[in-house]
Amino acid sequence: MFGYVSRRVLSAIPIALIAVTACFFILRLAPGGPFDGERALPPATLANLRAHYNLDLPLIQQYFLYVWRLLHGDFGPSMVYNDFTVAQMLWIGLPFTLMLGFSAFIIGTAVGLFAGALSAVNQNKWPDYVLVMLVMVGLVVPNFLMAAILQLVFGVYLNWFPAGGWQNGSLVHLILPVTVLVLPHAGRTARLMRGSMIEVLGTNYIRTAKAKGLGQRLILARHAIKPALLPVVSYLGPGLSYLLTGSLIVEQVFALPGIGKYFISAALNRDYGLVLGTTILYMFIILAVNLLVDILYAWLDPKVRYH
Amino acid sequence: MALLEVKNLKVDFDTTDGVVHAVRDLSYSLEKGGTLAIVGESGSGKTQGAFALLGLLPRNGTASGSVMFDGKEILNLPRRQMNKYRAERIGIIFQDPMTSLNPYLRISRQMTEVLEHHRGMSHSAALVESIRFLDAVRIPDAANRVHMYPHEFSGGMRQRVMIAMALLCQPELLIADEPTTALDVTVQAEIIDLLVDLQEDFGTAIILITHDLGIVAGTCEDTLVMFGGKVMEHRKTLDLFANPQHPYTQGLMAAIPRLDKKVDRLSTVSYEFMVGERQA
Repeated sequence: MFGYVSRRVLSAIPIALIAVTACFFILRLAPGGPFDGERALPPATLANLRAHYNLDLPLIQQYFLYVWRLLHGDFGPSMVYNDFTVAQMLWIGLPFTLMLGFSAFIIGTAVGLFAGALSAVNQNKWPDYVLVMLVMVGLVVPNFLMAAILQLVFGVYLNWFPAGGWQNGSLVHLILPVTVLVLPHAGRTARLMRGSMIEVLGTNYIRTAKAKGLGQRLILARHAIKPALLPVVSYLGPGLSYLLTGSLIVEQVFALPGIGKYFISAALNRDYGLVLGTTILYMFIILAVNLLVDILYAWLDPKVRYH
Repeated sequence: MALLEVKNLKVDFDTTDGVVHAVRDLSYSLEKGGTLAIVGESGSGKTQGAFALLGLLPRNGTASGSVMFDGKEILNLPRRQMNKYRAERIGIIFQDPMTSLNPYLRISRQMTEVLEHHRGMSHSAALVESIRFLDAVRIPDAANRVHMYPHEFSGGMRQRVMIAMALLCQPELLIADEPTTALDVTVQAEIIDLLVDLQEDFGTAIILITHDLGIVAGTCEDTLVMFGGKVMEHRKTLDLFANPQHPYTQGLMAAIPRLDKKVDRLSTVSYEFMVGERQA
């Protein structure tokens, strides 16, 4: 087990390096720069600024400089918010984004698994039809639209929850954004769970369990859930990336103070350091979750364990 | 009184292409400790006929008729009541040992749960009993192997585990659905010998479902030949082999390759007898 985990951790290093490199150069391919405002800066000022942020060096040299600093834990300065380093800004936004993302991830996964299993057990009966329909709604309505609908209905017309913002930091502000993030994630999880559960319930070993005279609940809990979870578990890693990219938009729409909000404005402002920093942070979260998922997978499937 | 009395059993499947009659009018009876072979080719309804007894038909299958087990009607019992018969009084071994054990659970878990559920045994007591049965089906080093996963066993060993599992509660009836079809020829003989020995030791009645007449000859007292969901012939095995009455049975016998005669072509079964049946 230890060997398996350490091999997985080591294999994440080249992936991280490739991602950083790709991000760095793709970002520089985009036209414009951090100091192209509405009004052009005087050439001398611009030259000074570029020199200050090392933007006057050859690109490849900038790249190595960036990687070198990164290895020392330095994300560099923000080029637009002069008073902050990227690390400081991320540090402020990160707890919020993690709270939003992971509460949506956990709730969505739990709801999805339960709905999918319930659907499969009642295959082609009314609970199944109702759930499949709800899942379709969660899947096809894009998050920015769902956000607007929920804001309008529950925030404005019914006035049950705040339509946005994070004034006093009470959790009630999280209800609508978390719901928006939960719906598609729960939908995808439920679809996968339903399919794999139906497949498992049709296997010979479930027939064996029935022939043993075990009760329905015991068969589900002991014999069916674990194998049915496997395909769903391998989806959770990519599922979290979907959810986090969704949270960029959701944080923006609900005016929430997470790193997602920086990410969009930083990309528009060409704030190279901040965009890279945010991307690397997301990448780190996703790699970490994927690692956890693989370990969980090895724990669930006895055939994976020793390889 | 017979242990098992099957009367006019019918099994139908509701498919997108209409209703399929898998078993039509199957009747037979089996005494305590008796042995019956049900022989037929693929699709003759022999397996579904057996699954119907235990309520193990797929979702789209329905059974009608009557199945009396020890004087009580058990066909189409509600799940809770049927569960009292399953494994406890009627054990079943399936055709494919590679897929019939749960690959995600240790053998110990899969065996002990039967005793814990039906007998209310503690886990440790059930484990001791499970190891005893693994020994009985001649699994070497059972005390250690019981803690392994199915993928660590060969096909023949897995079928032995299935047999041990089916016998745990010492059921009065054991249904063996093509127990050797998925196994090597050498392993086949071992498994059949094992079943015969166990039948003698435990006095279990056995229904052996197979398409292999060679297995039937030395094993079962009675043989029932099925084709197209119907009984073609049902007699003492010795009589049947010596003097097959039905044209289908005669065809089957003739189709067995023989070592003592030189032939140019192997004989196949002629289905001409069906022409008369259709009209009747």
